[in-house]
Amino acid sequence: MAASESHGHRGEGAGDGRDRSATRARPTTESPWAGRVWFAVAAIALLVVMPLLLSDFRLNLMAKFLCFAIIAVGIAFAWGKGGMLTLGQGVFFGLGGYSVAMFLKLEEAGPGQLPDFMVWSGVEELPVLWKPFQHAWFALPAAVLLPMGIAAVLGVLVFRQRVRGAYFAILTQALAAAFVIFLIGQQQLTGGTNGLTNIRAMFNLDLANAGNQRGLYVIVAAVLGAAFLLVRHLSRSRYGRLLVAVRDSEDRVRFLGYNPTTVKVIAFSVSAGLAGLAGAFFVPIVGIISPTMLGIVPSIEMVIWVALGGRASLVGAVVGALVVSWAKTGLSEQFPSGWLYLEGALFIAVVTFAPKGIAGLGELWRRRTDDRSEGSAPPLVPSPLRHLPGLSSGRGASEKLEREPSA
Amino acid sequence: MSSPGGGLLQVRGLQVAFDGFRAIDGLDFTVERGEARFLIGPNGAGKTTLVDCITGLTRAEAGSVRFAGQEVGGMREHEIVRMGIGRTFQTPSVFEELSVLHNVDLAASFRRPLRSLLRGRGRVDDSVHEALEAVGLSSVMDNAARTLSHGQKQWLEIGMVLVQEPQLLLLDEPVAGMTKEERTVTGELIQQITQTRTVVVIEHDMDFVRRFASRVTVMHEGRALTEGTVAEVQGDPRVEEVYLGRPRDARGAPGAGAGEEVVGERA
Repeated sequence: MAASESHGHRGEGAGDGRDRSATRARPTTESPWAGRVWFAVAAIALLVVMPLLLSDFRLNLMAKFLCFAIIAVGIAFAWGKGGMLTLGQGVFFGLGGYSVAMFLKLEEAGPGQLPDFMVWSGVEELPVLWKPFQHAWFALPAAVLLPMGIAAVLGVLVFRQRVRGAYFAILTQALAAAFVIFLIGQQQLTGGTNGLTNIRAMFNLDLANAGNQRGLYVIVAAVLGAAFLLVRHLSRSRYGRLLVAVRDSEDRVRFLGYNPTTVKVIAFSVSAGLAGLAGAFFVPIVGIISPTMLGIVPSIEMVIWVALGGRASLVGAVVGALVVSWAKTGLSEQFPSGWLYLEGALFIAVVTFAPKGIAGLGELWRRRTDDRSEGSAPPLVPSPLRHLPGLSSGRGASEKLEREPSA
Repeated sequence: MSSPGGGLLQVRGLQVAFDGFRAIDGLDFTVERGEARFLIGPNGAGKTTLVDCITGLTRAEAGSVRFAGQEVGGMREHEIVRMGIGRTFQTPSVFEELSVLHNVDLAASFRRPLRSLLRGRGRVDDSVHEALEAVGLSSVMDNAARTLSHGQKQWLEIGMVLVQEPQLLLLDEPVAGMTKEERTVTGELIQQITQTRTVVVIEHDMDFVRRFASRVTVMHEGRALTEGTVAEVQGDPRVEEVYLGRPRDARGAPGAGAGEEVVGERA
């Protein structure tokens, strides 16, 4: 094994101090041992310390935020690694949430019965769309597979036409808008604006029970860990490098004989699947899913978590989702209207001054102090604008990165 | 070794226009297997457009491009690469964020099935190290590609094409922007490559062509003006004419035509 891996390690070994610039471009978790230690510390903090420290109420909040972190991991993959700024993750989150919520509403109603809101709207027969969701074996996998499938179909159509950059972002945002309009418009099918509410039990377990909620928390924490490891694995595989290559120079990848559409569809689909997975857990944790949680604004907020945390770093994305969510809860408890302004201001500040987010702050600091002697301030990470056709070529923007103070 | 139908690459009656400008105007062009062909001509002669057309970047209006007997026109870029045509670009385009090793490794892995790409820590093939050796980048293989000099990037790109073992290599101005020493090294590298592969090199710099070319095609205004050895081509008065401009009395102001022709050259 040592022999077969030796080349791989040589590649990883760029962090041996021979070339600082190469190391900097990589996430701080690249060194296998430091990464493992940090992962263990985080696992203990989430699985042991948090449940001991937090009240039932706060732990339930934390479980919700862990769902958000799962979404963030997906966005960091699609956007950070793959350059696909997706402003429609709420759709996939919603698909996952509604899949599970539909199952739970039917389970609650009992065999042959209709969910409460349908009875109120005068629906007499279970709609065809709902029928498969009576079965756990369909509804639960669908929460992940449905978003993945829809993302894959959309991805093939869009990426094959070479739609990217801002155009892709706008398109996904339109998708979020359309999805919400559909949900609200089909009151008798979807519960309309209210969504699917009062979800109280799952597999005959009382979801209001604190013990059950603590159990759910642990499961979500484990799922987040698994999602993190999955995406990290993908990022470090040849596929992950191919994804970065597609992000930086899609056309060049074609001339290496790869089809960039396939590469992008996989990453987009994985990120959609993770959002769906998050939605699936969100429903039993929060007890409700409604259009307000997955429209344009929440979708943008999901991107803000990742932007604040640092889209180039998976850890940053997770931290971003947790920190922003806690801050939002804490601040909106005291200043209900102030949060939106603060969030907007933070987003602008990060994009302008620290494009690598929280994860890049240390690096930013080092760079600043280095620059004081060098007298130049190259951007840490090419701005997202470089993916917009016509604004700047990817090559030009990344060439600025060559001006390494250390080189 | 000749393939049926005459020539590994057969271009017939090719026509390409950009906004009414005829970049390629009924070009016939044949490359035999094992040949090392240099393609020269003034700016706007259609050299790069020809390569773009062969590799699927630009669509032709009319004519055919056959590779190993198969029509390539209408195929997508990555499919053409998979048939065995590799190319480099005038401005070296490598993946700046990836290490030099990973750049070549990605190029080498293009025939791997998706499942293998998704696996972690795949072994780097020996061919990757051979390619790095061939282009002289072994010592910097762990560095990010963006730290390379312009010339080194060009070599990296050549290494990336080499490792794919294409049947036909198209090198678009491989020495553009290089220092004199780098040019010499690159020329020797190309000579070495031509021992085992069919290569078409676009070159602008006549000094370089004189030193390293054996067979040359001169393009002018989207057509093949003449073809032959360096000496033959250099002795051809028409070649001198297109390079130095037409005699003053023949056609208006000198150099006016050449200036306009730049339009056809891709940036």
